[in-house]
Amino acid sequence: MPETIPADSVGLITPQVAQFDEPLVLACGQTLPTYQLIYETYGQLNADASNAILICHALSGDHHAAGYHSMEDRKPGWWDSAIGPGKPIDTNRFFVISLNNLGGCGGSTGPTSVNPATGKVWGAEFPMVTVEDWVVSQARLADRFGIQQFAAIVGGSLGGMQVLEWSVRYPERLQAAAIIASAPKLSTQNIAFNEVARQSIRRDPEFFDGNYQAEDTIPRNGLGLARMLGHITYLSDDSMGNKFGRQMRHDTYQYNYEVEFEVESYLRYQGEAFTKRFDANTYMLMTKALDYFDPAAREGGDLAKVLSKAQCEFLLVSFTTDWRFSPARSEEIVDALIRCGKHVSYTKIEAIEGHDAFLFPIPRYMNALRGFLGRVANRLPEEQA
Amino acid sequence: MRADLELISDWIPAGSRVLDLGCGNGALLEHLQQHKRVAGYGLEIDADNINTCIEKGIPVLEQDIDEGLQNFAEQDFDIVVMAHALQQFRRPDLLLDEMLRIGKEAVITFPNFGHWRNRIHLGIKGHMPVSEFLPYNWYDTPNIHFCTFSDFRDLCQSKNLKIQRWAAVDGQLRDHWWTRMMPNLFSETAIFKVSR
Repeated sequence: MPETIPADSVGLITPQVAQFDEPLVLACGQTLPTYQLIYETYGQLNADASNAILICHALSGDHHAAGYHSMEDRKPGWWDSAIGPGKPIDTNRFFVISLNNLGGCGGSTGPTSVNPATGKVWGAEFPMVTVEDWVVSQARLADRFGIQQFAAIVGGSLGGMQVLEWSVRYPERLQAAAIIASAPKLSTQNIAFNEVARQSIRRDPEFFDGNYQAEDTIPRNGLGLARMLGHITYLSDDSMGNKFGRQMRHDTYQYNYEVEFEVESYLRYQGEAFTKRFDANTYMLMTKALDYFDPAAREGGDLAKVLSKAQCEFLLVSFTTDWRFSPARSEEIVDALIRCGKHVSYTKIEAIEGHDAFLFPIPRYMNALRGFLGRVANRLPEEQA
Repeated sequence: MRADLELISDWIPAGSRVLDLGCGNGALLEHLQQHKRVAGYGLEIDADNINTCIEKGIPVLEQDIDEGLQNFAEQDFDIVVMAHALQQFRRPDLLLDEMLRIGKEAVITFPNFGHWRNRIHLGIKGHMPVSEFLPYNWYDTPNIHFCTFSDFRDLCQSKNLKIQRWAAVDGQLRDHWWTRMMPNLFSETAIFKVSR
Protein backbone atom coordinates (compact mmCIF):
# COMPACT_ATOMS: atom_id res chain seq x y z
CA MET A 1 0.00 0.00 0.00
CA PRO A 2 1.41 3.43 -0.87
CA GLU A 3 1.43 5.64 2.24
CA THR A 4 1.57 8.59 -0.11
CA ILE A 5 1.59 8.62 -3.89
CA PRO A 6 5.19 9.09 -5.12
CA ALA A 7 5.83 12.37 -6.99
CA ASP A 8 6.80 10.52 -10.17
CA SER A 9 3.63 8.41 -10.18
CA VAL A 10 0.62 9.07 -12.38
CA GLY A 11 -1.36 8.82 -9.13
CA LEU A 12 -4.81 7.36 -8.57
CA ILE A 13 -6.31 6.07 -11.79
CA THR A 14 -9.83 5.02 -12.70
CA PRO A 15 -10.17 2.64 -15.66
CA GLN A 16 -12.61 3.61 -18.41
CA VAL A 17 -14.67 1.40 -20.68
CA ALA A 18 -15.37 2.00 -24.36
CA GLN A 19 -18.34 0.23 -25.95
CA PHE A 20 -18.10 -0.71 -29.65
CA ASP A 21 -21.26 -1.60 -31.56
CA GLU A 22 -19.64 -1.87 -34.96
CA PRO A 23 -19.02 -5.59 -35.64
CA LEU A 24 -15.41 -6.77 -35.72
CA VAL A 25 -14.54 -9.45 -38.25
CA LEU A 26 -11.78 -11.54 -36.74
CA ALA A 27 -8.90 -13.31 -38.51
CA CYS A 28 -10.42 -16.68 -37.55
CA GLY A 29 -13.50 -15.84 -39.66
CA GLN A 30 -15.90 -15.24 -36.79
CA THR A 31 -17.44 -11.86 -36.04
CA LEU A 32 -17.81 -10.12 -32.70
CA PRO A 33 -21.03 -8.10 -33.08
CA THR A 34 -20.28 -5.83 -30.14
CA TYR A 35 -17.47 -5.61 -27.61
CA GLN A 36 -15.98 -3.50 -24.85
CA LEU A 37 -12.41 -2.40 -24.27
CA ILE A 38 -11.24 -1.34 -20.83
CA TYR A 39 -8.39 1.17 -20.76
CA GLU A 40 -6.54 3.71 -18.68
CA THR A 41 -5.01 6.99 -19.74
CA TYR A 42 -2.21 9.01 -18.18
CA GLY A 43 -1.28 12.60 -19.03
CA GLN A 44 -3.12 15.09 -21.21
CA LEU A 45 -3.97 14.76 -24.89
CA ASN A 46 -2.77 17.91 -26.69
CA ALA A 47 -4.90 20.09 -28.96
CA ASP A 48 -4.07 18.33 -32.22
CA ALA A 49 -4.02 14.86 -30.64
CA SER A 50 -0.41 14.33 -31.68
CA ASN A 51 1.18 13.41 -28.35
CA ALA A 52 -0.39 9.99 -27.75
CA ILE A 53 1.55 6.85 -26.91
CA LEU A 54 -0.13 3.46 -27.02
CA ILE A 55 1.10 0.75 -24.65
CA CYS A 56 0.60 -2.84 -25.84
CA HIS A 57 0.62 -5.46 -23.11
CA ALA A 58 2.17 -8.91 -23.06
CA LEU A 59 0.72 -12.35 -22.31
CA SER A 60 -0.50 -11.78 -18.77
CA GLY A 61 -0.60 -7.99 -18.73
CA ASP A 62 -3.62 -5.73 -18.74
CA HIS A 63 -4.70 -2.09 -18.97
CA HIS A 64 -3.37 -1.20 -15.54
CA ALA A 65 0.14 -0.17 -16.57
CA ALA A 66 0.81 2.69 -14.16
CA GLY A 67 -0.39 4.34 -10.97
CA TYR A 68 -2.76 2.98 -8.34
CA HIS A 69 -6.45 2.15 -8.31
CA SER A 70 -6.74 2.89 -4.61
CA MET A 71 -4.61 3.71 -1.62
CA GLU A 72 -5.09 0.09 -0.58
CA ASP A 73 -3.20 -1.27 -3.63
CA ARG A 74 -0.12 -3.23 -2.70
CA LYS A 75 1.62 -2.52 -5.98
CA PRO A 76 1.27 0.01 -8.82
CA GLY A 77 0.55 -0.94 -12.46
CA TRP A 78 2.81 -3.41 -14.25
CA TRP A 79 4.99 -0.82 -16.01
CA ASP A 80 4.92 1.94 -13.42
CA SER A 81 8.72 2.09 -13.51
CA ALA A 82 8.62 3.42 -17.09
CA ILE A 83 5.42 5.49 -17.19
CA GLY A 84 4.93 8.70 -15.21
CA PRO A 85 5.95 12.32 -14.89
CA GLY A 86 9.65 12.58 -15.77
CA LYS A 87 9.94 8.85 -16.52
CA PRO A 88 11.01 7.52 -19.95
CA ILE A 89 7.37 7.45 -21.07
CA ASP A 90 6.91 10.95 -19.73
CA THR A 91 3.30 11.80 -18.88
CA ASN A 92 4.26 15.49 -18.64
CA ARG A 93 4.74 15.40 -22.39
CA PHE A 94 2.73 12.43 -23.63
CA PHE A 95 -0.84 11.19 -23.37
CA VAL A 96 -0.55 7.49 -22.68
CA ILE A 97 -3.26 4.93 -23.46
CA SER A 98 -3.07 1.42 -22.06
CA LEU A 99 -5.84 -1.05 -22.75
CA ASN A 100 -6.72 -4.64 -21.99
CA ASN A 101 -6.77 -6.58 -25.23
CA LEU A 102 -9.81 -8.32 -26.61
CA GLY A 103 -10.07 -11.82 -25.17
CA GLY A 104 -8.43 -10.62 -21.97
CA CYS A 105 -9.73 -11.03 -18.46
CA GLY A 106 -9.05 -7.54 -17.13
CA GLY A 107 -12.41 -6.08 -18.13
CA SER A 108 -12.36 -6.09 -21.94
CA THR A 109 -14.70 -8.49 -23.71
CA GLY A 110 -13.32 -11.98 -23.38
CA PRO A 111 -14.13 -15.55 -22.33
CA THR A 112 -15.35 -14.40 -18.89
CA SER A 113 -17.82 -11.90 -20.44
CA VAL A 114 -21.46 -12.65 -21.19
CA ASN A 115 -22.23 -13.47 -24.81
CA PRO A 116 -25.14 -11.15 -25.63
CA ALA A 117 -26.50 -13.68 -28.15
CA THR A 118 -26.96 -16.42 -25.54
CA GLY A 119 -27.04 -14.54 -22.27
CA LYS A 120 -24.41 -16.96 -20.98
CA VAL A 121 -20.72 -16.56 -20.22
CA TRP A 122 -18.66 -17.02 -23.42
CA GLY A 123 -16.21 -19.50 -21.88
CA ALA A 124 -14.77 -21.81 -24.50
CA GLU A 125 -17.10 -20.35 -27.14
CA PHE A 126 -15.16 -17.10 -27.28
CA PRO A 127 -13.58 -16.85 -30.73
CA MET A 128 -9.82 -16.98 -31.25
CA VAL A 129 -8.29 -13.52 -31.43
CA THR A 130 -4.98 -12.68 -33.08
CA VAL A 131 -2.40 -9.92 -32.87
CA GLU A 132 -3.93 -8.49 -36.07
CA ASP A 133 -7.39 -8.39 -34.46
CA TRP A 134 -5.99 -6.58 -31.45
CA VAL A 135 -4.31 -3.97 -33.61
CA VAL A 136 -7.56 -3.30 -35.50
CA SER A 137 -9.45 -2.94 -32.21
CA GLN A 138 -6.73 -0.66 -30.82
CA ALA A 139 -7.03 1.55 -33.92
CA ARG A 140 -10.75 1.86 -33.30
CA LEU A 141 -10.04 2.94 -29.74
CA ALA A 142 -7.61 5.56 -31.10
CA ASP A 143 -10.38 6.84 -33.38
CA ARG A 144 -12.53 7.51 -30.31
CA PHE A 145 -9.89 9.97 -29.11
CA GLY A 146 -9.46 11.54 -32.54
CA ILE A 147 -5.89 10.25 -32.65
CA GLN A 148 -4.91 10.08 -36.33
CA GLN A 149 -1.32 9.26 -35.59
CA PHE A 150 0.38 8.01 -32.44
CA ALA A 151 3.59 9.75 -31.44
CA ALA A 152 4.76 6.26 -30.50
CA ILE A 153 3.57 2.73 -29.86
CA VAL A 154 5.49 0.72 -27.30
CA GLY A 155 5.37 -2.90 -26.22
CA GLY A 156 7.43 -5.76 -24.85
CA SER A 157 7.25 -9.46 -25.76
CA LEU A 158 3.76 -10.18 -27.19
CA GLY A 159 3.24 -6.40 -26.89
CA GLY A 160 6.19 -5.89 -29.23
CA MET A 161 4.48 -8.10 -31.80
CA GLN A 162 1.50 -5.75 -31.72
CA VAL A 163 3.81 -2.79 -32.28
CA LEU A 164 5.40 -4.60 -35.24
CA GLU A 165 1.94 -5.29 -36.70
CA TRP A 166 0.91 -1.65 -36.21
CA SER A 167 3.96 -0.47 -38.15
CA VAL A 168 2.89 -2.33 -41.28
CA ARG A 169 -0.90 -2.43 -40.95
CA TYR A 170 -1.31 1.31 -40.27
CA PRO A 171 2.07 2.73 -41.33
CA GLU A 172 0.80 6.31 -41.42
CA ARG A 173 -0.65 6.08 -37.92
CA LEU A 174 2.55 6.02 -35.86
CA GLN A 175 5.74 8.08 -35.82
CA ALA A 176 7.81 5.77 -33.67
CA ALA A 177 7.79 2.12 -32.67
CA ALA A 178 9.59 0.66 -29.65
CA ILE A 179 9.74 -3.14 -29.85
CA ILE A 180 11.22 -4.67 -26.72
CA ALA A 181 12.29 -8.29 -26.06
CA SER A 182 10.15 -9.47 -28.94
CA ALA A 183 10.33 -11.64 -32.06
CA PRO A 184 8.96 -11.64 -35.60
CA LYS A 185 7.37 -15.02 -34.89
CA LEU A 186 7.62 -17.75 -32.29
CA SER A 187 10.31 -20.40 -32.54
CA THR A 188 9.41 -24.07 -32.50
CA GLN A 189 10.57 -24.24 -28.90
CA ASN A 190 8.31 -21.30 -27.96
CA ILE A 191 5.30 -23.02 -29.52
CA ALA A 192 6.23 -26.22 -27.72
CA PHE A 193 6.28 -24.44 -24.35
CA ASN A 194 2.88 -22.93 -25.13
CA GLU A 195 1.47 -26.32 -25.99
CA VAL A 196 2.60 -27.80 -22.68
CA ALA A 197 0.96 -24.87 -20.91
CA ARG A 198 -2.30 -25.43 -22.79
CA GLN A 199 -2.25 -29.16 -22.23
CA SER A 200 -1.77 -28.73 -18.52
CA ILE A 201 -4.90 -26.55 -18.46
CA ARG A 202 -6.97 -28.76 -20.75
CA ARG A 203 -6.11 -31.93 -18.86
CA ASP A 204 -7.24 -30.48 -15.55
CA PRO A 205 -10.55 -32.23 -14.74
CA GLU A 206 -11.88 -28.88 -13.56
CA PHE A 207 -11.44 -27.40 -17.07
CA PHE A 208 -14.72 -28.87 -18.42
CA ASP A 209 -13.66 -28.13 -22.02
CA GLY A 210 -13.41 -24.46 -21.12
CA ASN A 211 -16.88 -24.16 -19.59
CA TYR A 212 -15.66 -24.31 -16.00
CA GLN A 213 -17.48 -21.12 -15.05
CA ALA A 214 -20.82 -22.81 -15.72
CA GLU A 215 -19.66 -25.56 -13.37
CA ASP A 216 -18.71 -22.92 -10.81
CA THR A 217 -15.09 -23.99 -10.67
CA ILE A 218 -11.71 -23.12 -12.22
CA PRO A 219 -8.89 -25.37 -13.46
CA ARG A 220 -6.62 -24.17 -10.69
CA ASN A 221 -4.04 -26.93 -10.99
CA GLY A 222 -3.70 -26.72 -14.74
CA LEU A 223 -3.48 -22.94 -14.88
CA GLY A 224 -1.04 -22.93 -11.97
CA LEU A 225 1.17 -25.49 -13.72
CA ALA A 226 1.06 -23.50 -16.96
CA ARG A 227 2.19 -20.44 -15.07
CA MET A 228 4.97 -22.30 -13.27
CA LEU A 229 6.34 -23.49 -16.58
CA GLY A 230 5.97 -20.05 -18.15
CA HIS A 231 7.61 -18.40 -15.19
CA ILE A 232 10.73 -20.57 -15.50
CA THR A 233 11.09 -19.52 -19.14
CA TYR A 234 10.80 -15.83 -18.24
CA LEU A 235 13.72 -16.02 -15.82
CA SER A 236 17.35 -16.81 -16.52
CA ASP A 237 19.30 -19.65 -14.97
CA ASP A 238 21.50 -17.04 -13.27
CA SER A 239 18.64 -15.01 -11.84
CA MET A 240 16.99 -18.10 -10.38
CA GLY A 241 20.36 -19.25 -9.08
CA ASN A 242 21.04 -15.89 -7.46
CA LYS A 243 17.62 -15.72 -5.90
CA PHE A 244 17.32 -19.26 -4.57
CA GLY A 245 20.43 -21.30 -5.26
CA ARG A 246 19.85 -24.62 -3.50
CA GLN A 247 18.41 -23.00 -0.40
CA MET A 248 16.36 -25.53 1.51
CA ARG A 249 13.33 -25.42 3.75
CA HIS A 250 14.96 -27.62 6.35
CA ASP A 251 18.52 -28.21 7.45
CA THR A 252 18.50 -31.76 6.16
CA TYR A 253 16.84 -33.58 3.29
CA GLN A 254 13.35 -34.82 4.15
CA TYR A 255 13.22 -37.49 1.44
CA ASN A 256 9.62 -36.73 0.48
CA TYR A 257 7.71 -34.70 -2.14
CA GLU A 258 6.90 -31.72 0.02
CA VAL A 259 8.77 -28.47 -0.58
CA GLU A 260 12.43 -29.27 -0.14
CA PHE A 261 14.05 -26.41 -2.05
CA GLU A 262 12.93 -22.78 -1.81
CA VAL A 263 12.56 -22.52 -5.57
CA GLU A 264 9.79 -25.12 -5.41
CA SER A 265 7.91 -23.06 -2.88
CA TYR A 266 8.37 -19.95 -4.99
CA LEU A 267 7.02 -21.62 -8.13
CA ARG A 268 4.04 -23.09 -6.28
CA TYR A 269 3.26 -19.67 -4.88
CA GLN A 270 3.57 -18.02 -8.31
CA GLY A 271 1.30 -20.63 -9.87
CA GLU A 272 -1.30 -20.35 -7.13
CA ALA A 273 -1.28 -16.52 -7.10
CA PHE A 274 -1.78 -16.47 -10.86
CA THR A 275 -4.97 -18.54 -10.69
CA LYS A 276 -6.51 -15.86 -8.47
CA ARG A 277 -6.02 -13.10 -11.02
CA PHE A 278 -6.05 -14.75 -14.43
CA ASP A 279 -8.55 -16.70 -16.49
CA ALA A 280 -7.58 -20.06 -17.99
CA ASN A 281 -9.43 -19.53 -21.29
CA THR A 282 -7.74 -16.16 -21.71
CA TYR A 283 -4.38 -17.81 -21.08
CA MET A 284 -5.15 -20.36 -23.79
CA LEU A 285 -6.20 -17.62 -26.22
CA MET A 286 -3.12 -15.48 -25.56
CA THR A 287 -0.75 -18.39 -26.16
CA LYS A 288 -2.54 -19.14 -29.45
CA ALA A 289 -2.25 -15.47 -30.50
CA LEU A 290 1.48 -15.78 -29.89
CA ASP A 291 1.71 -19.01 -31.91
CA TYR A 292 -0.21 -17.64 -34.89
CA PHE A 293 1.73 -14.38 -35.23
CA ASP A 294 3.92 -14.49 -38.33
CA PRO A 295 3.62 -11.35 -40.47
CA ALA A 296 6.40 -12.51 -42.84
CA ALA A 297 4.20 -15.43 -43.91
CA ARG A 298 2.01 -12.89 -45.73
CA GLU A 299 4.95 -12.27 -48.08
CA GLY A 300 6.24 -15.80 -48.51
CA GLY A 301 8.43 -15.60 -45.42
CA ASP A 302 10.16 -12.37 -46.47
CA LEU A 303 10.10 -10.19 -43.36
CA ALA A 304 11.91 -7.32 -45.08
CA LYS A 305 9.21 -7.21 -47.73
CA VAL A 306 6.50 -6.91 -45.08
CA LEU A 307 8.43 -4.27 -43.16
CA SER A 308 9.12 -2.20 -46.27
CA LYS A 309 5.61 -0.77 -45.78
CA ALA A 310 6.59 0.79 -42.44
CA GLN A 311 7.14 4.55 -42.20
CA CYS A 312 8.00 5.03 -38.54
CA GLU A 313 11.33 5.11 -36.73
CA PHE A 314 12.13 1.95 -34.81
CA LEU A 315 13.87 1.17 -31.56
CA LEU A 316 14.58 -2.49 -30.85
CA VAL A 317 15.76 -3.62 -27.43
CA SER A 318 16.84 -7.09 -26.34
CA PHE A 319 18.33 -8.52 -23.14
CA THR A 320 21.41 -10.72 -22.97
CA THR A 321 19.96 -13.47 -20.73
CA ASP A 322 16.53 -13.60 -22.39
CA TRP A 323 16.25 -17.10 -23.84
CA ARG A 324 12.50 -17.07 -24.40
CA PHE A 325 12.81 -14.19 -26.92
CA SER A 326 16.57 -14.10 -27.32
CA PRO A 327 18.56 -11.17 -28.75
CA ALA A 328 18.90 -13.14 -31.99
CA ARG A 329 15.11 -12.91 -32.45
CA SER A 330 15.16 -9.11 -32.11
CA GLU A 331 18.10 -9.03 -34.50
CA GLU A 332 16.01 -10.81 -37.14
CA ILE A 333 13.70 -7.80 -37.08
CA VAL A 334 16.63 -5.37 -37.06
CA ASP A 335 18.30 -7.07 -40.04
CA ALA A 336 15.05 -7.04 -42.02
CA LEU A 337 14.58 -3.33 -41.26
CA ILE A 338 18.12 -2.58 -42.42
CA ARG A 339 17.58 -4.54 -45.60
CA CYS A 340 14.61 -2.35 -46.47
CA GLY A 341 16.42 0.82 -45.43
CA LYS A 342 14.31 1.79 -42.41
CA HIS A 343 15.37 4.10 -39.62
CA VAL A 344 16.23 1.67 -36.82
CA SER A 345 18.36 1.63 -33.70
CA TYR A 346 19.07 -1.48 -31.70
CA THR A 347 20.50 -2.03 -28.28
CA LYS A 348 21.28 -5.28 -26.48
CA ILE A 349 21.08 -4.66 -22.77
CA GLU A 350 23.24 -6.57 -20.31
CA ALA A 351 20.71 -7.92 -17.81
CA ILE A 352 20.44 -10.91 -15.53
CA GLU A 353 16.63 -11.05 -15.36
CA GLY A 354 16.00 -13.09 -18.54
CA HIS A 355 12.86 -12.31 -20.54
CA ASP A 356 11.35 -10.52 -17.53
CA ALA A 357 14.08 -7.86 -17.86
CA PHE A 358 11.75 -5.81 -20.04
CA LEU A 359 9.67 -5.06 -16.93
CA PHE A 360 12.64 -3.85 -14.87
CA PRO A 361 13.95 -0.26 -14.77
CA ILE A 362 17.47 -1.21 -15.92
CA PRO A 363 19.28 2.14 -16.33
CA ARG A 364 20.71 1.55 -19.82
CA TYR A 365 17.35 0.28 -21.07
CA MET A 366 15.44 3.15 -19.53
CA ASN A 367 17.92 5.66 -20.98
CA ALA A 368 17.53 4.21 -24.46
CA LEU A 369 13.75 4.44 -24.22
CA ARG A 370 14.01 7.96 -22.79
CA GLY A 371 16.39 9.08 -25.55
CA PHE A 372 14.22 7.57 -28.29
CA LEU A 373 10.94 9.01 -27.00
CA GLY A 374 12.58 12.31 -26.04
CA ARG A 375 13.27 12.96 -29.70
CA VAL A 376 9.65 12.18 -30.52
CA ALA A 377 8.54 14.61 -27.79
CA ASN A 378 10.80 17.34 -29.13
CA ARG A 379 9.01 17.19 -32.47
CA LEU A 380 5.61 17.85 -30.86
CA PRO A 381 4.06 21.27 -31.33
CA GLU A 382 4.61 23.75 -28.49
CA GLU A 383 1.63 23.75 -26.16
CA GLN A 384 -0.11 27.08 -25.64
CA ALA A 385 0.22 28.04 -22.00
CA MET B 1 33.54 17.17 -35.65
CA ARG B 2 36.88 15.36 -35.62
CA ALA B 3 38.93 16.62 -38.54
CA ASP B 4 39.43 13.16 -40.09
CA LEU B 5 35.66 12.74 -40.19
CA GLU B 6 35.35 16.01 -42.05
CA LEU B 7 37.85 14.74 -44.57
CA ILE B 8 36.03 11.43 -44.97
CA SER B 9 32.72 13.15 -45.52
CA ASP B 10 34.20 14.93 -48.54
CA TRP B 11 34.89 11.52 -50.03
CA ILE B 12 31.32 10.27 -49.68
CA PRO B 13 28.95 11.09 -52.54
CA ALA B 14 25.59 12.62 -51.65
CA GLY B 15 22.75 10.13 -51.30
CA SER B 16 24.96 7.12 -50.57
CA ARG B 17 23.98 4.27 -48.29
CA VAL B 18 26.67 4.16 -45.62
CA LEU B 19 27.66 1.76 -42.86
CA ASP B 20 29.95 3.28 -40.23
CA LEU B 21 31.86 0.62 -38.29
CA GLY B 22 32.62 1.94 -34.82
CA CYS B 23 30.51 5.08 -35.27
CA GLY B 24 31.28 6.54 -31.82
CA ASN B 25 28.84 9.31 -30.94
CA GLY B 26 27.50 9.35 -34.50
CA ALA B 27 29.23 12.61 -35.52
CA LEU B 28 30.07 11.45 -39.05
CA LEU B 29 26.62 10.04 -39.77
CA GLU B 30 24.98 13.13 -38.32
CA HIS B 31 27.06 15.33 -40.60
CA LEU B 32 26.32 13.10 -43.60
CA GLN B 33 22.59 13.04 -42.81
CA GLN B 34 22.42 16.79 -42.59
CA HIS B 35 24.64 17.74 -45.49
CA LYS B 36 24.58 14.84 -47.90
CA ARG B 37 21.19 13.16 -47.58
CA VAL B 38 23.02 10.00 -46.62
CA ALA B 39 21.02 7.11 -45.18
CA GLY B 40 23.32 5.26 -42.87
CA TYR B 41 23.74 3.04 -39.89
CA GLY B 42 26.45 2.99 -37.27
CA LEU B 43 27.77 -0.03 -35.40
CA GLU B 44 28.90 0.57 -31.85
CA ILE B 45 29.36 -1.31 -28.57
CA ASP B 46 29.95 1.53 -26.12
CA ALA B 47 26.80 2.12 -24.07
CA ASP B 48 27.20 5.91 -23.77
CA ASN B 49 27.90 6.30 -27.48
CA ILE B 50 24.87 4.17 -28.36
CA ASN B 51 22.67 6.29 -26.17
CA THR B 52 24.00 9.52 -27.63
CA CYS B 53 23.21 8.22 -31.12
CA ILE B 54 19.67 7.24 -30.10
CA GLU B 55 19.12 10.68 -28.56
CA LYS B 56 20.36 12.36 -31.73
CA GLY B 57 18.30 10.10 -33.97
CA ILE B 58 21.31 8.48 -35.62
CA PRO B 59 20.45 4.88 -36.50
CA VAL B 60 22.84 2.84 -34.36
CA LEU B 61 23.12 -0.90 -33.91
CA GLU B 62 24.71 -2.54 -30.91
CA GLN B 63 26.93 -5.11 -32.55
CA ASP B 64 30.43 -6.39 -31.82
CA ILE B 65 32.35 -6.18 -35.09
CA ASP B 66 34.83 -8.82 -33.90
CA GLU B 67 31.95 -11.30 -33.88
CA GLY B 68 31.41 -10.78 -37.58
CA LEU B 69 29.22 -8.91 -40.02
CA GLN B 70 27.43 -11.93 -41.49
CA ASN B 71 24.04 -10.33 -40.89
CA PHE B 72 24.69 -7.80 -43.66
CA ALA B 73 23.90 -8.78 -47.22
CA GLU B 74 26.42 -8.66 -50.03
CA GLN B 75 26.99 -5.24 -51.61
CA ASP B 76 24.23 -3.82 -49.39
CA PHE B 77 26.04 -0.49 -48.88
CA ASP B 78 27.66 2.02 -51.19
CA ILE B 79 30.37 2.78 -48.68
CA VAL B 80 31.56 1.08 -45.50
CA VAL B 81 33.56 3.41 -43.27
CA MET B 82 35.97 2.59 -40.51
CA ALA B 83 37.54 5.62 -38.89
CA HIS B 84 40.48 5.09 -36.55
CA ALA B 85 39.40 1.65 -35.49
CA LEU B 86 40.90 -0.92 -37.89
CA GLN B 87 43.92 -1.43 -35.65
CA GLN B 88 41.63 -2.42 -32.76
CA PHE B 89 40.19 -5.57 -34.31
CA ARG B 90 41.36 -9.14 -34.10
CA ARG B 91 41.87 -9.65 -37.83
CA PRO B 92 42.00 -6.37 -39.76
CA ASP B 93 42.73 -8.25 -42.99
CA LEU B 94 39.59 -10.36 -42.78
CA LEU B 95 37.61 -7.34 -41.70
CA LEU B 96 38.75 -5.52 -44.83
CA ASP B 97 37.44 -8.46 -46.89
CA GLU B 98 34.11 -8.25 -45.07
CA MET B 99 33.88 -4.49 -45.59
CA LEU B 100 34.22 -5.04 -49.32
CA ARG B 101 31.75 -7.89 -49.30
CA ILE B 102 28.97 -5.71 -47.83
CA GLY B 103 30.09 -2.45 -49.41
CA LYS B 104 31.04 -1.42 -52.91
CA GLU B 105 33.77 0.77 -51.46
CA ALA B 106 35.52 1.04 -48.11
CA VAL B 107 36.97 4.13 -46.50
CA ILE B 108 39.52 3.49 -43.78
CA THR B 109 41.48 5.87 -41.61
CA PHE B 110 44.20 4.80 -39.19
CA PRO B 111 47.14 6.27 -37.30
CA ASN B 112 50.34 5.79 -39.27
CA PHE B 113 52.74 3.97 -36.98
CA GLY B 114 55.60 4.79 -39.34
CA HIS B 115 55.49 8.50 -38.49
CA TRP B 116 58.95 9.83 -37.67
CA ARG B 117 58.05 10.63 -34.08
CA ASN B 118 57.05 7.02 -33.46
CA ARG B 119 60.30 5.90 -35.03
CA ILE B 120 62.28 8.10 -32.68
CA HIS B 121 60.32 6.83 -29.70
CA LEU B 122 61.04 3.24 -30.60
CA GLY B 123 64.39 3.60 -32.42
CA ILE B 124 66.21 6.04 -30.11
CA LYS B 125 64.37 5.86 -26.79
CA GLY B 126 63.62 2.16 -27.15
CA HIS B 127 60.03 2.47 -25.91
CA MET B 128 56.63 1.94 -27.50
CA PRO B 129 55.32 5.36 -28.53
CA VAL B 130 52.88 7.10 -26.24
CA SER B 131 51.53 10.41 -27.47
CA GLU B 132 48.64 12.77 -27.02
CA PHE B 133 46.87 11.09 -29.91
CA LEU B 134 47.79 7.54 -28.87
CA PRO B 135 47.78 7.89 -25.10
CA TYR B 136 47.88 4.20 -24.18
CA ASN B 137 50.55 1.98 -22.72
CA TRP B 138 51.43 -1.18 -24.63
CA TYR B 139 49.58 -3.35 -22.10
CA ASP B 140 46.29 -1.47 -21.96
CA THR B 141 45.99 -0.24 -25.50
CA PRO B 142 42.92 -1.17 -27.54
CA ASN B 143 45.17 -0.76 -30.59
CA ILE B 144 46.38 -4.33 -31.01
CA HIS B 145 47.30 -4.21 -34.71
CA PHE B 146 49.21 -1.04 -35.45
CA CYS B 147 50.45 -0.68 -39.00
CA THR B 148 52.21 1.87 -41.12
CA PHE B 149 51.00 3.66 -44.20
CA SER B 150 53.12 1.32 -46.31
CA ASP B 151 51.95 -1.82 -44.49
CA PHE B 152 48.35 -1.04 -45.30
CA ARG B 153 49.11 -0.21 -48.92
CA ASP B 154 50.95 -3.53 -49.21
CA LEU B 155 47.97 -5.38 -47.71
CA CYS B 156 45.67 -3.80 -50.29
CA GLN B 157 48.08 -4.78 -53.06
CA SER B 158 48.38 -8.36 -51.84
CA LYS B 159 44.58 -8.59 -51.88
CA ASN B 160 44.46 -7.04 -55.36
CA LEU B 161 42.30 -4.20 -54.09
CA LYS B 162 42.04 -0.96 -56.01
CA ILE B 163 43.17 2.06 -54.05
CA GLN B 164 40.71 4.65 -55.38
CA ARG B 165 42.09 7.47 -53.37
CA TRP B 166 44.44 8.13 -50.48
CA ALA B 167 45.47 10.96 -48.27
CA ALA B 168 48.30 11.34 -45.83
CA VAL B 169 47.91 14.15 -43.35
CA ASP B 170 49.56 15.68 -40.34
CA GLY B 171 48.21 15.93 -36.79
CA GLN B 172 45.95 18.80 -37.82
CA LEU B 173 44.67 16.78 -40.78
CA ARG B 174 46.36 19.08 -43.27
CA ASP B 175 48.24 17.65 -46.17
CA HIS B 176 51.53 19.13 -47.30
CA TRP B 177 53.95 18.39 -50.07
CA TRP B 178 56.10 16.49 -47.62
CA THR B 179 53.25 14.30 -46.29
CA ARG B 180 52.29 13.57 -49.90
CA MET B 181 55.89 12.91 -50.92
CA MET B 182 56.83 10.65 -48.01
CA PRO B 183 53.54 9.60 -46.42
CA ASN B 184 55.04 6.74 -44.48
CA LEU B 185 57.46 9.04 -42.69
CA PHE B 186 55.50 12.26 -42.33
CA SER B 187 51.80 11.48 -42.10
CA GLU B 188 50.14 10.96 -38.73
CA THR B 189 46.86 9.78 -40.16
CA ALA B 190 46.39 7.72 -43.30
CA ILE B 191 43.13 7.67 -45.21
CA PHE B 192 42.33 5.14 -47.92
CA LYS B 193 39.37 4.52 -50.16
CA VAL B 194 39.51 1.05 -51.64
CA SER B 195 37.36 -1.22 -53.76
CA ARG B 196 37.61 -4.62 -55.44
